[in-house]
Amino acid sequence: MKKNQNFFWGLITTLFLFPSIATAQDLIKGSEVHGNTQLDAIYYLPDAKLGITDTTLDGRLIRMNGYTEVNYTLGNFTAGMRFEAYLPPLLGYDAKNEGLGVPYWYVNYKNEFLEVTAGNFYEQFGYGMMLRTYQEWTLGFDNSIRGLRVKVTPIKGITFKGVYGIQRFYWDPYNNNTRGIVKGFDADFYLNDIFPSMADSKVKLTLGGSFVSNFQKDKTKDYAAGNQILVMKLPQNVANYGGRFNLNIGDFNWFAEYAHKVNDPSSVNKYIYKDGNGVFTSLSYSTKGLGLSLMSKWIDNMSYKSDRTITNNMVDINYLPAITKEHTYALATMYPYATQAKGEIGISGTVTFHLKKNSALGGKTGMTIAANFSQVNSIIRNPVNDIDTVGQPGTLGYKTKVFGIGNEVYYQDANLEITKKFSKKWKGIFTYLYQTYNKWIVEAHALPDGSTTVYAQIGVADVTWNITKKHSLRGELQGLWTKQDKGNWVAGLVEFTIAPQWFFSVQDQYNYGNPTTALRLHYFLFSAGYTYNSTRVALSYGRQREGVICVGGVCRYVPASSGFTLTLTSSF
Amino acid sequence: MKKLFLILLMGWIMIPGFTQSIFKYKKLPAVDIQDIKGSPFNTSEITNDGKPIIIDFWATWCKPCVRELTSISDVYDDWVKETGVKLYAVSVDNSRSVSLVAPLVNGKAWDYTVLLDVNSDFKRAMNVGLIPQTFLLNGKGEVVWQHTSFAEGDELLLIDLVRKLIKGEDISSPDPGNSK
Repeated sequence: MKKNQNFFWGLITTLFLFPSIATAQDLIKGSEVHGNTQLDAIYYLPDAKLGITDTTLDGRLIRMNGYTEVNYTLGNFTAGMRFEAYLPPLLGYDAKNEGLGVPYWYVNYKNEFLEVTAGNFYEQFGYGMMLRTYQEWTLGFDNSIRGLRVKVTPIKGITFKGVYGIQRFYWDPYNNNTRGIVKGFDADFYLNDIFPSMADSKVKLTLGGSFVSNFQKDKTKDYAAGNQILVMKLPQNVANYGGRFNLNIGDFNWFAEYAHKVNDPSSVNKYIYKDGNGVFTSLSYSTKGLGLSLMSKWIDNMSYKSDRTITNNMVDINYLPAITKEHTYALATMYPYATQAKGEIGISGTVTFHLKKNSALGGKTGMTIAANFSQVNSIIRNPVNDIDTVGQPGTLGYKTKVFGIGNEVYYQDANLEITKKFSKKWKGIFTYLYQTYNKWIVEAHALPDGSTTVYAQIGVADVTWNITKKHSLRGELQGLWTKQDKGNWVAGLVEFTIAPQWFFSVQDQYNYGNPTTALRLHYFLFSAGYTYNSTRVALSYGRQREGVICVGGVCRYVPASSGFTLTLTSSF
Repeated sequence: MKKLFLILLMGWIMIPGFTQSIFKYKKLPAVDIQDIKGSPFNTSEITNDGKPIIIDFWATWCKPCVRELTSISDVYDDWVKETGVKLYAVSVDNSRSVSLVAPLVNGKAWDYTVLLDVNSDFKRAMNVGLIPQTFLLNGKGEVVWQHTSFAEGDELLLIDLVRKLIKGEDISSPDPGNSK
């Protein structure tokens, strides 16, 4: 028997393995494996002053979010997957994240004419108001579609895309209509490639259009309105469609997108039957040394999800960009704006200019000045008839005028940023902001005194000293002054870096103006990190203040905490 | 016997594979993104006549990214004259801030070739987690080095590596401590 086995394996070796080794090696020669990984782990400590005790921590002292993505490429084929683990999720992430598995995998084939993806995919039609799926790790946001995606480029300049599938909802498997089925079609025409006569034109024009539909199998819904129960008939297919253009003439660029959504009663709009509309447009001009940009948008009842019962960030089909400036300094992120999908109208303008070296104002080393203003208001909402109130469930909800500006200010931000190099060794960024923030609208809770709006002034000085070619010291001094909410803050940071590997920092945020004396707390944080090529490890110890983290107008609440944080990222 | 064959087989397949490193980008992924005018651009068109290429993933709202590109901008003319290197600054600003990219780039008078990756398709294809992340490509278009985050002085290591590349030195595993 043993002899037979040996003979068998010998035969395999001679007949099968040797030729196939050559092929396998060729295969490996032609293939590539890449990926990236991130691990965020926190060891939470009780902190009586923040109201964190052993009881609130409930014994779950160590929490961890982590993922590893691996992609394999061979010629025109790519396949990949992402493993995720939340054991348990960090505080501030939805508890439904708890678990581990592979929520994302795909197989892709691509040539110049055709691209097919089976499995999960990320896709954006135009500027995203009809469909955008993406992932944002820091927000715990992932609305990827699992299904089929086909992209065809019949001739250069023309692209057709079709998508079909269901969206990720934490770890919930899809079966028997547990949530909607998303279908979408998009066409994009870049005229300069299509018409040879336009190939060298200074005028560059792109036109596009999309149609998206969501099917959710619920024909009726009982809805409690006051003391009566409404039985509502629901639309099972909800379409969202529209068009866009991008026009570029020399230094000018203008784009706009319009979207129209048919009636879509949902828990976000409190089950009204009004159609939704959205317009997003931007005009910019820039030439060496000067940049101007003007953006505007109108959003009316545009929340579009593949499950009408969900109100949080999950299963968004479309993306409604905020047009306010995204700030990153600690105190400047105290009052960040989040897009109000139910309705808002906003404008934003930015001017950036560079004063040259050796000019009167620029001095010996030059200077950059950037000014930005943005404001977002409510939209006009009038009753649809004499009987129903505005927003009454089961009715059309309200009447509005396109671009009709409502009285309520949701957000306003005026800011000025000066970047100045003083010498080869010294440079600085100085920022001043004035913000108006409607806490009631953005966070759905009022201020302690029952009012809704915070008015805050913020100043930041950020100075870098290059001690040697490899050593530098950076300091930040920040102040936030307001009579509302938690009152005044001051913050400081000192960061020492040794390029290209090490960083050490100490920072503190101090809420010295809190109306409640017991809450006038320091939030110290000590951090150190090491970078080797594309691998980075950082460890920090201290307090994290309560706040809202936002990326692109999508936000996540972070509770106050205290403890050790480890972050590991790597890509290969 | 069976185990031995399997081990041999694995060895035969894996060892040559790993020595030729399947973890190296031999060719950039071909992804459809846009140039700074909003016109279609395929990333397979990232070229520089056989000279080194730097690809830097950044965004208008990312402070260290803007600091890095500002630091390089001060010396970029000299870099290009000396080494012929070309820097592609790939912005991952989404539709919220994509229209701020050109005004910022021009406002700061940067001379890079700027690309727009509005839904992070190229960023995903290059497996970038955090930004800024910098890739260095040799004249054949192979990625020979990558680095994440920015500290003042990182740009000096980068140009050192570019100089080594044009001299034909192997920089696949540079010792980060020995850069001058």
